[in-house]
Amino acid sequence: MLTYFKNIWIGFYSALVGMKITWKHIFAKKVTIQYPDERFPLPSNARNRLQLMPARCTGCTLCVAACPVNCITLETVRVVPDDPHQELYENGTPRKMWVTRYEMDFAKCCFCGLCVAACPSDAIHHTTDFEYSSLDRSHLYYKFQTLTPEQAEEKKRLFAEFKAREAREKEAKAQAAKPDAPRPEAEV
Amino acid sequence: MSEKKKIDIEYSQLDSERMRINVGPQHPSTHGVLRLEVEVDGEIVTDVVPHLGYLHRSFEKHCEYMTYPQIIPYIDRMDYISAMNNEWPYVMALEKMLDVKVPEKVEYLRVIVAELNRIANHQIAVATFGLDAGAFTPFLFYFRDREYIIWILEKLSGARLLYNYFRVGGVAGDVYPTFKEECHDVIAKVRKTNAEVMNLLIHNNIFIKRTAGVGILTPDVAINYGCSGPVLRGSGMAHDLRRDEPYSIYDRFDFDIPVGKGEVGVVGDCWNRNMVRMHEMEQSCRIIEQALEQMPMEGDVTAAIPKRIKLPKGEIYSRAENPKGELGFYIVSNGTDKPERLKARGPSFVNLSVIPEISKGYMFADLILILGSIDIVLGEVDR
Amino acid sequence: MQSTNFIWDLFGVNLLTVVAVVALPLGFVLIYALVAILAELKISAWIQERLGPMRTGPYGILQPVAEVIKLLQKEDITPDASSKLLYNLAPFIIFSGAYAAFAVIPFSSAFMPANINVGLFYVFAIGSISAMGIVMGGWASSNKYSLMGAMRSVSQLISYEIPAAMAVLSIVVLSSSMNMQEISHAQTGYFWDWYLFGGPGSWTKVFIIPFTITLAIAYFIASLAETNRVPFDIPEGESELVAGFHTEYGGIKFAMFYFAEYANMFVVSAIFTTIFLGGWNSPFGEFLQGPGWGVMWFILKSFSIVFVQIWVRWTLPRFRVDQLMYLGWKVLLPVSFICFFAISLFVMFK
Ligand code: SF4
Ligand code: SF4
Repeated sequence: MLTYFKNIWIGFYSALVGMKITWKHIFAKKVTIQYPDERFPLPSNARNRLQLMPARCTGCTLCVAACPVNCITLETVRVVPDDPHQELYENGTPRKMWVTRYEMDFAKCCFCGLCVAACPSDAIHHTTDFEYSSLDRSHLYYKFQTLTPEQAEEKKRLFAEFKAREAREKEAKAQAAKPDAPRPEAEV
Repeated sequence: MSEKKKIDIEYSQLDSERMRINVGPQHPSTHGVLRLEVEVDGEIVTDVVPHLGYLHRSFEKHCEYMTYPQIIPYIDRMDYISAMNNEWPYVMALEKMLDVKVPEKVEYLRVIVAELNRIANHQIAVATFGLDAGAFTPFLFYFRDREYIIWILEKLSGARLLYNYFRVGGVAGDVYPTFKEECHDVIAKVRKTNAEVMNLLIHNNIFIKRTAGVGILTPDVAINYGCSGPVLRGSGMAHDLRRDEPYSIYDRFDFDIPVGKGEVGVVGDCWNRNMVRMHEMEQSCRIIEQALEQMPMEGDVTAAIPKRIKLPKGEIYSRAENPKGELGFYIVSNGTDKPERLKARGPSFVNLSVIPEISKGYMFADLILILGSIDIVLGEVDR
Repeated sequence: MQSTNFIWDLFGVNLLTVVAVVALPLGFVLIYALVAILAELKISAWIQERLGPMRTGPYGILQPVAEVIKLLQKEDITPDASSKLLYNLAPFIIFSGAYAAFAVIPFSSAFMPANINVGLFYVFAIGSISAMGIVMGGWASSNKYSLMGAMRSVSQLISYEIPAAMAVLSIVVLSSSMNMQEISHAQTGYFWDWYLFGGPGSWTKVFIIPFTITLAIAYFIASLAETNRVPFDIPEGESELVAGFHTEYGGIKFAMFYFAEYANMFVVSAIFTTIFLGGWNSPFGEFLQGPGWGVMWFILKSFSIVFVQIWVRWTLPRFRVDQLMYLGWKVLLPVSFICFFAISLFVMFK
């Protein structure tokens, strides 16, 4: 009988203890951050949307290889020597590769940061921008190349021409060199 | 046949029809997309069959097509609540295979982030367990505190939940100037909230009535099923890889391994499993305090490793104490930069398998609590 | 005009009064429900160190309005497998049950929709209607969760009706009236004249003060169970039964369940106020006493009880169904019987 009343009292008392705690919290300072008006400052290394600096990117494809979800599409064309349009990297050395396509699909990206770690020239980095959601998936497809499609076509054409010319030259050289060098055959 | 006997026979045949209920995959308390097929007789559970696979992302198969560093972000997504702890055994396996010596500072940093993440994980476990019992307020108290932990981890790694912080031979981010103070701050907050929740929830009479003596898991059943972590320790077995098989630098710290003692209820019941988590938070706080004291603040956070990680031919199993139990990775390497086979031994998956064993004969509302006390994450169960 | 004449015949000059008496409580119920929903949102938020709704209107005070508008706009879904009539009827029954109880609530000495002699009895009779609605809704939605919720609800209502009735009966014994207006009149004076503190009378009443306070607590607990509030919300226990008996309901029908819950909360608080806290009486003698102020006191007192209900909800975990039965039959019932017995003895030998 005594334990019966004791149990009732313990149950009632523990409820009162809880109520006392919650009562105190009614007047405690609130922790809510009212998001669009107030913001929590993100640390500078927060891994959000990526940003490419085209002036630094050498088109080395290391980031493509590092990415676990294949969300980077990279296409490069070599810079031909007789192209009237030459460019310098940010650090002053002349550009060797045109990045004709550098596209990222942020619908796929998992923000792992491996591409950033892999990039030898610090051309790619995370920004603190996380508010780029969109109702259209194509809006998440970011194109970072600075060349217009026409320019890219132009570069490709130039490169093809250059290659063709090179091949011709090589052939011509080989033709020219033939009479002098029948040796491999002779050796056999 | 006498009238009385006839009535008796009829009475014995008076069996209410059993009802089959699908709990999940969309249900507020299955902690994800778990589906339990429950057979109830009135309110009493007579059978439980868990159905898995609603979150299957073929993690292990994916890994065979990825280079070793690329796998780490995927491992984060297994048990997304304690991503730091998940990465550890995997990275440890690679380091062992490559024979890389990890700098001292990195070891300490790893211990600190892993223990912080352990606290965060246990906070969620206790919070959602309370939520299953109907107490909403402790849930938000814990989520408020967890935010402070996440802020620290975010400042270190750059991400809030899926850190991808551990690298082979190091970590991805160095400490920042106010790191130590913030850690001490967080520890104080964790302790304060824990003390509060102890009174508000854990020692509340209704909560005790709901959880004590419910879902009793005896030690031998736990061992037979391969349970680990707080589920096993709740049954009174002091098994903790940090102590039994000290990896990294855990042998340098002084901490206890809390086990279910049965102060309330029976050893191995829901209350004791939950209580182990409460005590473990305190032990993690102690480890962090010691690590902060001993940690060298200067130095590099990465060891010299080859750019392209190629494991020598062979195989390795490496395991570590995840907040949910023993997490192991079995890696078979064929000498290239991609694993031939990677098998993960997830604690949630193994612990979940004990559900049908321990929930029969309890009431339907208890089943939810038993599930909550096991603390599963479906991301890791289904992988 | 032939068609409307019978109304005139029926009510005569009282037509205006009838309209006022019908419309005022309805308006009150709706406005009160909105306020109570807001209070629940805000108090729960404050307890959890949040701010709660802040975006709809200044400090979010229009949030319940927005919620109701949202619910009104929703598609009205009737599950195919449900029995349509019962399914559609259930919310109305529950709401009318809750609303009808307002008929006998004495808001002030001058305003009480229906001053009937068996007011308390009426409230208990009407209160049971909601159980019927819950069973109808739970059974008709042909959902296993709903069915279990409905079954739990009935068993719960039956178990808790008795201790609540016992508590009320003890006060009826003390005041020798079932008329809620008369019970309120009897407590005029200072706050120590309330039945919570033994009611008016000489110093001998100190013998029954412990019993009346126990009864008040018992009645409060039982009323929590009757309104399906935490820690007794097992008919809708969200962690196991998703939403219990109203799992399948949506839109305006769900809103009616929602409103009925809050209306019921007020009804039980109003009864508590009337029988324990002196109804519309001022706690300090003649200070702000009167029919007009009475409404203020009454609503203030009732709202404090509603506040306590909300406060309890955000503090305690939920009972299991068998523990709930235990508490009802083995704790509250004996306790309220003992108190009833003691108070009856006191009244006999006074
Ligand atoms: S952050 Fe990760 S997923 Fe995103 S582009 Fe870089 S490597 Fe790929
Ligand atoms: S790794 Fe860096 S430099 Fe190379 S392609 Fe990627 S962004 Fe450009």
